[in-house]
Order: sequence, then C-alpha cells, then structure tokens
Amino acid sequence: MAIIEQKARDTASDELALVQAAKRGDVSAFEQLVKRYDRNIFRIAQHITQNREDAEDVVQDAFLKAYENLEQFQGNSKFYTWLVRIAVNESLMKLRRRRSDRTVSLDEDIQTEEDSMPREVADWSPNPEQLYKQGELKDILRKTIQGLPASFRTVFVLRDVEGLSTEETAEALDLSIPAVKSRLLRARLQLRERLNKYFRKPKGGEGKK
Amino acid sequence: MTCTDFLKELTDYLDATIDASTQAELEDHLAWCHNCYVICNTTKKTIEIYRDSQLYELPDDLRTRLQVAILSKCTAKKKKSTT
Repeated sequence: MAIIEQKARDTASDELALVQAAKRGDVSAFEQLVKRYDRNIFRIAQHITQNREDAEDVVQDAFLKAYENLEQFQGNSKFYTWLVRIAVNESLMKLRRRRSDRTVSLDEDIQTEEDSMPREVADWSPNPEQLYKQGELKDILRKTIQGLPASFRTVFVLRDVEGLSTEETAEALDLSIPAVKSRLLRARLQLRERLNKYFRKPKGGEGKK
Repeated sequence: MTCTDFLKELTDYLDATIDASTQAELEDHLAWCHNCYVICNTTKKTIEIYRDSQLYELPDDLRTRLQVAILSKCTAKKKKSTT
C-alpha cells in the first residue's frame, strides 16, 4: 500500500513539474502530458458524443484549450481532473450541436428514481461476456450505453470506466457528491437492466449456447 | 432493511465506501434476499464488463495524427505569443 501511495505521489509531483514547465512555454513538457492522457480523453469524448469525428475534435480542442489556459490551472486539483472537465464541456457542446432540437446538459435528469428500479430480476449466465464474440459483445455494450441519458453516461464513464474517484468526478462535472452518487447508481442499474436480455440465464439452461 | 433501502446503499457497497455496521446490515439482507443478491452480483458484473471492454480505444495511426496536430497548434500559439 505504501509503495502504491508513494508512486501516486511521485506521479503527481512529476505531473506538476511538467505543468510548470509547460506554463513556461516548454512544448515538449506539454507533449508528455498529451501522451499521458490522450487515450483517456478520447475514450471519454467518444462515450459522451457517441461520434468518432466529434471525439477526434474534442481531443484536439481540449488539449489546445488546456494549453492556452494553463495559467488558470492553480494546482488545487490534479491536472487530469482539470483536463477532463474541459473535455467533458467540449463533448457536451458537440452533442448539443448534433442534437440542436434538444438541450443536453449534466442537469438533464429526466427520469425519476422509479425508472431505475429493477423491473426484472434474472440471474445471468456465468461469464456472460463469453456468450458472444468480441465484436458482437462490443456492439451490445455500445448500443446499451448509448441509450442512457448523457448525464448518467458521463458519470458512469468517469467513475466506472476511467476510475476517477467520486470526489474527482464531482469536481470535473461541477456536481455535488450526492448528485454524482445518485446518477451513478441509476446509470449502473439501468445498464444492468438493459443487459439482462443478452446475459440472463435461460430457464432450465446454463446460458445462450 | 427493505430492498429499497438496500438499493440506496448499493453504490457505496460496491465501491466499498461504507461503514462497517451498514455493511454488516447489507450483507445480512443479502444472505436471505435472493433478488437483491442477484441485482448486486449482476450490477457488479455490469461494471466489470464495461471496465474491461476497451470499447473506444484510440488507434495508433489516429493517435499519432492527433498528437502532431495538437503540438503544431501549441507551437504556433507559442510563436504567436512570443512575437
């Protein structure tokens, strides 16, 4: 545990040094930050926008915006959390542009608590992910997460896919901790409910096959 | 503890951010309530499947292209600000 904590501290101080160097105009220091986080930012952007071209734009725009505004980064939070915040805002803007007929925001909270309450309680096959070929499974997972409201999807991706803490997610999304927890619970339960039809154990059988 | 009470605590339970006495109550509920046991396990599995899915990986060629584009814009920005 002490080794992990030490490693986290080393990474944080190394990151701060890179940010300080980039602030002084060292583009190669900023390049290291880009290389450290570009994959994560792409995943987050693609999850939120659900569009490959938009995700590419978000990666470029978010890093450029971060570079231009490095002076405003005070170091109170992690650089990554600050960057995620920029990327989420850019992603939501893209989503709004594509869906000009409706408002998209993190306050979007159209469903009631009851909508997330489990309706079907069926046990799943053991190792349900092995019921499908990899490509088929990815299609199922993409289709399923696309059906969630953007506000739930974003919280789920930051917490459960990218592994940000509840506090970091709240900071990146400018939400309260109870709001993050509430959206996370509902996102998890809705995804579970939607995956039931693919993964449930058939009556009297052991799985799909 | 009712099933609704259990569900309210599910996120904290799965994230192991819960105090010992609430955890004991939840586990006591899980021991006899099959529905909550199934919901708990399948929700946990949902998280694991998404976490391991690598749904949107950045291909190497696109990654290189994006890095070049970002850094050339940053360099141009730097030149502009120093002139």
